[in-house]
Amino acid sequence: MERTTIDLWVGLFVLLGLGAILVLALKVGNLGGVNIADSYSVTANFSNIGGLKVRAPVKSAGVVIGRVSEIYFDGERHEAVASLKLDKQYSFSKDTSASIMTSGLLGEQYIALETGGDSAQLKEGDKIKITQSAVVLESLIGQFIYNKAADGGEGK
Amino acid sequence: MPSRFVKGVRRIGHRTINSLLRLGVASRFFVLVLLHSGSSFRRPHLIIKELFSTGVLSLIIILVSGLFVGMVLGMQGYDTLQRYGSEEALGVMVALSLVRELGPVVAALLFASRAGSAITAEIGLMKATEQLSAMEMMAVNPIARVVAPRFWAGVLSMPLLAAMFSAMGVFGGYLVGVKLIGVDEGSFWSQMQSAVDFQQDIVNGIIKSFVFGVAVTAIALFEGYDAPPTAEGVSGATTRTVVTSSLAILALDFVLTAFMFRGEG
Repeated sequence: MERTTIDLWVGLFVLLGLGAILVLALKVGNLGGVNIADSYSVTANFSNIGGLKVRAPVKSAGVVIGRVSEIYFDGERHEAVASLKLDKQYSFSKDTSASIMTSGLLGEQYIALETGGDSAQLKEGDKIKITQSAVVLESLIGQFIYNKAADGGEGK
Repeated sequence: MPSRFVKGVRRIGHRTINSLLRLGVASRFFVLVLLHSGSSFRRPHLIIKELFSTGVLSLIIILVSGLFVGMVLGMQGYDTLQRYGSEEALGVMVALSLVRELGPVVAALLFASRAGSAITAEIGLMKATEQLSAMEMMAVNPIARVVAPRFWAGVLSMPLLAAMFSAMGVFGGYLVGVKLIGVDEGSFWSQMQSAVDFQQDIVNGIIKSFVFGVAVTAIALFEGYDAPPTAEGVSGATTRTVVTSSLAILALDFVLTAFMFRGEG
């Protein structure tokens, strides 16, 4: 085969391959989607984070407005600390509350933010004070059984 | 007079020494290829010619298999997921299994049997017909002229082929899942996009296919270069290329997966 035809085919091959990588990145992956370029981070302490993972979404009113960037254990207070990266275009009041929720019955866990009434806004490095930990199914069931037993005792 | 036991132990020892020797020769060969790569980059048309025969000619089989693997994933995935009422997760399942595992691995297996065997047969035949010795007589280094361009062509084309395989597979899953079965199109793509991470999944998949490309091409080249210069020897070497590189791909995949995806839920 001639040199120019080979060059043409190889060029097409390389373009197709790069195009496939681009399609994977933009259409299949999340490179084009919710990637937060301008962000500020705040931290929140939880007594139990349940199954929350790094990169879990942070939602407010159900809309993704950030991601969990880091989770670590505070050895002094014996609490879990999650640092959240929030989109800069959204601001929240200083008394915003954060709670760990589960999407669906068995879905992934995310952090839900609910803004409060304070006129001061959360800034870079601030800490969310009002938090609600993840609901652990075992303790919930335990509590339910305990209550049932207590009710039964009263009925007699 | 040695007993049967001593003979058996001797045979084991002989086999061990032989395979160690072969491993050593293969490693030296690999280092030689890397050392002589510079001259093949100075003459890129050699690599381009090999890119044509390893990459472009593997296109059809890669694209068609990718499409069908994706379509089968779509059907089987739907069958399982709809039992749990979560058929919207079909996109996630198809995309993650393709990008993380099936794309690199199946593309590399196809590449080993399509391009790897051809490389081995070509170089083995060159050796059998003494073309390689003739080059040496003319003071042309056969490793720099014949082996290194094929190595780099294989290494470069493998990630591209794997990416095309995955993209075609996702398209196949989309065709079956959305167009044929009727999963909601919006949730198919949006769930996929929120679950597939560029760094974690796509880049790791590309790294995997790159490693497989190095392994398959190096094995194919060594088997060809090392083949006994007979018709039988070349055919045996071709078979060994496919078997060894398939096993190498699967073993490497396990090791790479253990490193890349551990510590994740």
